[in-house]
Amino acid sequence: MPARLALRGITKRFPGVLANDNVSFEVKPGEIHALLGENGAGKSTLVKMIYGIMQPDAGEIFWNGERVTVANPKAARKLGVGMVFQHFSLFEAMTVLENIALGMDSKIPARELESKIRDVMDQYGLKLDPQRIVADLSVGERQRIEIVRALLLNPSLLIMDEPTSVLTPQEVDQLFVVLRQLAKEGCSILYISHKLHEIKALCETATILRGGRLVDTCDPRVETSRSMAEKMIGGNLKTIQKPAGRAFGAEKLVVKRLSMAGSGHFGIPLRDISLSVRAGEIFGIAGVAGNGQNALLLALSGEEPVSDAAAITIDGQPVGDLNAKRRRLKGLASVPEERNGHAAVPDFTLSDNAVLTARDRLGLAVRGLIRPGAAKKYAGDVISTFAVKATGSEAAAGSLSGGNLQKYIMGREILQKPTVLVVSQPTWGVDAGAAAAIHQAIVDLAATGSAVVVISQDLDELLGLCDTLAVINEGRLSKSMKVSEADIDEIGLLMGGIHGETEAAHAA
Amino acid sequence: MQLRLEKRSQPSQLLRVVTPIAAVLLTMVLGAIVFTLLGYDGVGAVREIFISPLVNSYKWQDLAVKAAPLIIIAVGLAISYRANVWNIGAEGQYIIGAVVGTGVGLATNSMTGWWIMPLMMLAGAAGGAAYAAVPAFLRVRFRVNEILTTLMLTYVSVYVLNYLVFGPWKSPTSMGQPQTVMFSADQSLPYIIPGTIVQLNAPIAIVVALVAWLVFSRFVFGFQIRVVGAAPHAARYGGFSADRTVWLALLISGGLAGFAGVLEAMGPFGRLVPQFPTNYGFTAIIVAFLGRLHPIGVILAGLIVALSFVGGEMAQISIKLPFAAVGIFQAMMLFLLLASDLLVRYRLRVVRPGEVPA
Repeated sequence: MPARLALRGITKRFPGVLANDNVSFEVKPGEIHALLGENGAGKSTLVKMIYGIMQPDAGEIFWNGERVTVANPKAARKLGVGMVFQHFSLFEAMTVLENIALGMDSKIPARELESKIRDVMDQYGLKLDPQRIVADLSVGERQRIEIVRALLLNPSLLIMDEPTSVLTPQEVDQLFVVLRQLAKEGCSILYISHKLHEIKALCETATILRGGRLVDTCDPRVETSRSMAEKMIGGNLKTIQKPAGRAFGAEKLVVKRLSMAGSGHFGIPLRDISLSVRAGEIFGIAGVAGNGQNALLLALSGEEPVSDAAAITIDGQPVGDLNAKRRRLKGLASVPEERNGHAAVPDFTLSDNAVLTARDRLGLAVRGLIRPGAAKKYAGDVISTFAVKATGSEAAAGSLSGGNLQKYIMGREILQKPTVLVVSQPTWGVDAGAAAAIHQAIVDLAATGSAVVVISQDLDELLGLCDTLAVINEGRLSKSMKVSEADIDEIGLLMGGIHGETEAAHAA
Repeated sequence: MQLRLEKRSQPSQLLRVVTPIAAVLLTMVLGAIVFTLLGYDGVGAVREIFISPLVNSYKWQDLAVKAAPLIIIAVGLAISYRANVWNIGAEGQYIIGAVVGTGVGLATNSMTGWWIMPLMMLAGAAGGAAYAAVPAFLRVRFRVNEILTTLMLTYVSVYVLNYLVFGPWKSPTSMGQPQTVMFSADQSLPYIIPGTIVQLNAPIAIVVALVAWLVFSRFVFGFQIRVVGAAPHAARYGGFSADRTVWLALLISGGLAGFAGVLEAMGPFGRLVPQFPTNYGFTAIIVAFLGRLHPIGVILAGLIVALSFVGGEMAQISIKLPFAAVGIFQAMMLFLLLASDLLVRYRLRVVRPGEVPA
């Protein structure tokens, strides 16, 4: 029996980078096949060629043993390839049914389509009301729309691009049940991820890419997470070194009943957020994307000051009504999730980007006058201390890779020795080597007596890094719990919006 | 064969400098072709406009006279545009600056003293800034687009000027002519080169540009303007207020336009007349962009655009070219510059048939 999909020598070149270099592998019928690699390893480019969004520069694609050219996504769907993208393309103001109807290649009457949708949902246990408005749905439910949309075409290969990055642990389990059932019925699944424990739990074969090349095809069930990670990054994985027997000092950052209106049309308001972080403590805030994390970062960093000064205190001093510049002078540094255009200005040099946040604390500007020498020197210090790969302090921030820029930004804040550091998604889109360096830097900063808040959607990251954890859902923060005593099921429920006693208290 | 645009990984610094020069050269070539097709001596027109004023040394003073207000206004606009604040009503602020400065001039017309001139200049700058404060307030408070408000206020300013010159400020000795009294010696800009028409506003323009350059490169304020323009979120993260920046950008660009206005009134005009608005405020928009929103670039761009004015006047006489032709040349320059800007961020690549398109 020929392979469902076979790639032979696929090569794809972009200006200045070889995205895929002579990649060959096969996906058998009914196989759940993982495509594993760091950000920038070439996974997305590869599947875009399978789905017809791009054409390879060289190499051949075989479908059930026959050589094919996939001219566009429509042609791919005709072959029987379905794809669920990481970022959904849904209209918020429309119903589930309308969204699915819009995505169909052929026109089907609404009534017929609805019954088809219900059949598919029943068959795979996907719970979703076709008449609901998308804006009211959770991210997991929105993903189900995309899955149903793909399944309606009876695909014989389903490509899933990082499907679990937005799901709670419970939703992940439900998804896996569906995928296993599909595979049993003969549908092949190409599963793209960098989450190794998921791949171990789900996949039978894993193809590992690094720098655009295929480095190994292995059986994830017999490999360890560590061995796969090392193949992925091509080196030894560093584990976080936490000093033993850590004790926490005095309360550094205290947030008391912080509320803030949501900004923009779909902005999430913050409601009664309270937390306390002590010297030396790393406080994690878990949660599914879009539950108020952005608003919380803006409120803590001072980009969106609140009228109640006492809602946020640093070392006992009220700072709630101060802007970002004033809060920095009080010792609070922050790193937002978006690197380009928020944490850094891509068109500016690294030394100008140092001036952006370090000018007051480190005297890079005195009485309104910038000291270019001092800025250059500080940028150079950050580059060397954090092993940032850059041509120097005069390199444009935008010329650095994501991981290197993130290391630079983290270094820029950490070397200012802040009393409190608030970071959001510190390793988002960063390769494993840089992520390990960033994690270590956070731990080291906490060890010097700073209080650190880490907001992340990556629960594994938080469990490995933090001492204390709380979950944010719809703008509310759960009670904090010690990571060493945390129950993953409970965290998952909190992420999914089951507040338990907190919810009851709010209802009262 | 097929041409494709490919995004550069980084904007080309070389082309950033080369494209304005290329735009000017291309303007000359296309201008020559267009005016030849229209039945004029196209090559002669380009020679008269762009070359003749340069080879006739007595025309250089005209160049300085025309370039000075353009440079002062364009430096202010460059600051504003860098912050993504689109003040296109510099013409109105220029007129109101001249009006307010003239108001002080009329009140002090019979007095003497060294202090009169600086006071008039200050009043002019304050007038322009105050006029730009209206759009600033509307933008910050009610989110009203400043492009509309600054432009519309320009028309208001023309009526203010005309009302005063035809009405309360009309000189009693003007024999019915709509004009104010002449400024006194203590109210008129001195000539800095004897025997020429070059007045104090020319060196002032250079100083304004140099100060702006220093502020951009060395001061936190200039940094703030650059960050707000390049990345508003990063600016807020860095602790800069967007609203404050809008205020400052409009006050500075308005203030400089008003300053240029009062200098023009105290210099070449010597009084206010209905013919005072000469579109310097609009032409300065071209100067600001041609100068890459950089103060030093603005000096060069100001000189090139002034060249087209001076040359245009010459071509009017020598080859009977309509003066509107100058406007066509200036507009072509701006369009070609904006078009060639594409190449700063993209490169042109030739794709041969058979080669798989990327």
